Amino acid sequence: MKHSTRYSPLRGIALAVLLAAGSVTPALAQLTIKITSGVNHPVPIAIVPFAESRRDPVDVAGVIQHDLTGSGRFSPLARSRMPAMPHHAARVQFPAWKATGVDYIVVGRVVPLSGGRLGVDFNLLNVLTGQSVARKRFTGTAQALRNAAHRVSDVVYQAITGIRGAFDTRIAYVAQVGLGAARRFQLVVADADGYNQHLILESPLPLMSPAWSPNGKWLAYVSFEDHLSAVYVQRVRTGQRYRVSARAGENGAPAWSPNGQELALTLSGESGYPQIYVLKLHTQHLTRITDAPAINTSANWAPNGRSIYFTSDRDGSPQIYRIGLTPGSLPVRITFTDGYNADPEVSPNGKLLAMVTGVDGRFCIAVQNLKTGAFRVLTHGPLDSTPTFAPNGATIMYTKQLMGRKGGSILATISVDGLTGMTLKPTHGQVEDPAWGPFPPKKSN
Amino acid sequence: MRRILTMLVVASALGFAGCASHPVKPAARRQTAAAPGAAAASQGAASGANASAGALGSQQSVSGPTQGLLADRVIHFAFNSSVIGSHGMKVVAAHAAYLVAHPNARVRLEGYTDDRGSPEYNIGLGMRRAQSVRQAMLLQGVSPSQITVVSYGEEDPVNPANNRVAWAENRRVHIVYLTPTQPGPAQSAPGSSAQ
Repeated sequence: MKHSTRYSPLRGIALAVLLAAGSVTPALAQLTIKITSGVNHPVPIAIVPFAESRRDPVDVAGVIQHDLTGSGRFSPLARSRMPAMPHHAARVQFPAWKATGVDYIVVGRVVPLSGGRLGVDFNLLNVLTGQSVARKRFTGTAQALRNAAHRVSDVVYQAITGIRGAFDTRIAYVAQVGLGAARRFQLVVADADGYNQHLILESPLPLMSPAWSPNGKWLAYVSFEDHLSAVYVQRVRTGQRYRVSARAGENGAPAWSPNGQELALTLSGESGYPQIYVLKLHTQHLTRITDAPAINTSANWAPNGRSIYFTSDRDGSPQIYRIGLTPGSLPVRITFTDGYNADPEVSPNGKLLAMVTGVDGRFCIAVQNLKTGAFRVLTHGPLDSTPTFAPNGATIMYTKQLMGRKGGSILATISVDGLTGMTLKPTHGQVEDPAWGPFPPKKSN
Repeated sequence: MRRILTMLVVASALGFAGCASHPVKPAARRQTAAAPGAAAASQGAASGANASAGALGSQQSVSGPTQGLLADRVIHFAFNSSVIGSHGMKVVAAHAAYLVAHPNARVRLEGYTDDRGSPEYNIGLGMRRAQSVRQAMLLQGVSPSQITVVSYGEEDPVNPANNRVAWAENRRVHIVYLTPTQPGPAQSAPGSSAQ
C-alpha cells in the first residue's frame, strides 16, 4: 500500500511535475496584497529604514511595516513624516519622535557577516520612556533576509500585544494557471505574506485540501492525477511522497492529528456514504469514526487530539458535529445557526470554531465560541470558504470566490475580531484552499 | 423497455453515425475506436452541446457511443439535490442499455457541484450524484464492475462564471466511457509510482 516516490531536488525544494516531457510549465502567479479594512485604535509606531549592506536585496523595514500594518493592530508612520533616519538607539532624538505621535520606534541595520551571511540587528524603543523594549540580532543568508524581517515583526508584535507573532510562517494553497489543455493545478508553499513561493506539485487534474503536519515538514493533500481521488503525504523539502489512500470512491479531506501520527480522512467506497476514518500512518491501520447515512467529511482535530469536528448533513442541511475518539462515542451537534455550516477549523487554543456559514444565500466565514456558543459572522461573502487559522489564532485565511462571468478565486484574511482584512490576489490564474502552517521551530539566535 | 432501447442503440450504432458536428481530435479518435461496439462513432463526435464538458470531461467526452441519447453524457441536478430528473433518467436508461449490451464497456461517473459553500462537502455532494446515477444503472442491469465513480465537487466547472446560469450548468454528472487501458496513470515524472 505504501508508495514512495523520490524527485530530484531543485534549489532545495522538490518539484514533482506530472506533465509530459517537453510541455511548457506556466509560471507561478505572484500574489499582490491589499489591506481591505481598518481597525480601531491601532498602535502608532515608526519603523525606520534599516542601514543596509550592499548584499541586501530586501527593504527590511518595509517588510516589517507591511507585516504590522496587515495585522490591523499597528499604524506605522509614513517615512516622509519621519524626523530622522537613525540606525542606533543612541542616535534617536526622542522629543522629535514624540512630536510625530508614535508610541514606539524600531531602528536597526543589516550587517555583513563572514561566509556571506547577514545579521539583522534591531532595537524596539518606547518613545515615551526612552527605554528599549526588545533588541536582538537575527542571522541568515541573503536569501533568508525576508524571513529575518518577519522574525523582527514577530518580536515587535509579541512585545507590544502580548500575542506571539505569526509573520515568519508559511501557507500552502492550490493555484490554477493556464487555460484549456495548458491548464495546471499547482500546490504552492509561500511565506504567509504570499512571497517566496515554491512549487510543490503540478498536475493537469485537480489538487485539493492541503494540510500541514504539526511539525511543518509534510503536506497531506488530495490529488485526482489518475482521474480518481487519492490522498498523498509529501515531504515539503525533498518531495518524497507516499500515496496513503486510493480506495474506490472518495479519498478526501485529510487532517493530521496533533501528534502527527495519524491522518483523519474521508472515504466513501463505490456506493457508500462519505465517512470519516482515522489512518495510523506507520501501521496503515484504519479506524472508522462516523457511521450516519449522510455526507460526513472535513475532519478537524481538537488540539488535545481527543475529538474530531466534522461536517455532516445527517439532519438535513450541512452542520458541524464533534465526536470523541474513544470507542462508542456519540457525535454531538455543535452548530445550529442558519441552514448551512461547514468546513470546521478549531483555533489553536481550542476555544473558537471557524467555519463557512450560509446566510441568506451568501456564504461567509464565521466563528463560534465553543464554550459560550456565541456566533459571529466575520466576512461578507458571498462565496467564502475553507477557513484556516494562523498558528497564533489571531487571523483566519480563507478562499474568496469572485462573482460574475469570469469567476475565479483569491485568498483573503480576516482578523478573528472581524476588523482587519487583506486580500492576496494572483497576477494571473486563481488561488484557493489555503492551509496556514505551524510556527517554525524555535531558533537559537 | 431495456430491450427496445438496446435494439435502438445497436441499430443506430450500425446505421446513423454521421450526425456529429465537431471533428474528432486524433487522440480522441484512437480512444473512441477502442470502445467496443462504437467503431462507427469514430467518424464523429458528440454534438457540441452535449460534449461541452469541462476540461476534465472533454478529454474523454468523445469516447464511446454517440447515437441518439447516447450522445448526451451530462445529467443535471437541482441545488443540493442528487435526484435525477425525467430527461436525465432517459439519458441514464440509454447508457445503461448500452452497457448491458456491451459488457466489456466501462464508464466512469464523474460527479460535480456548483461553486457555493464548502469544497469538501461538495465532493460529498458530487459523490452522491455520481452514486445516484450508478444506482439507476445497476437497477437496469448494468454490472457493478462496469462502473467507477469519482467526485470532483466544485473543481473544474463547465462554466467558470459565478451566477445562476453557470451554477445550474455545473451541477452535473458526466458519463465518461473508458478504453480498456483507462484509468491509466497520469503521465508522471520518472521514477514515479503513481499507478
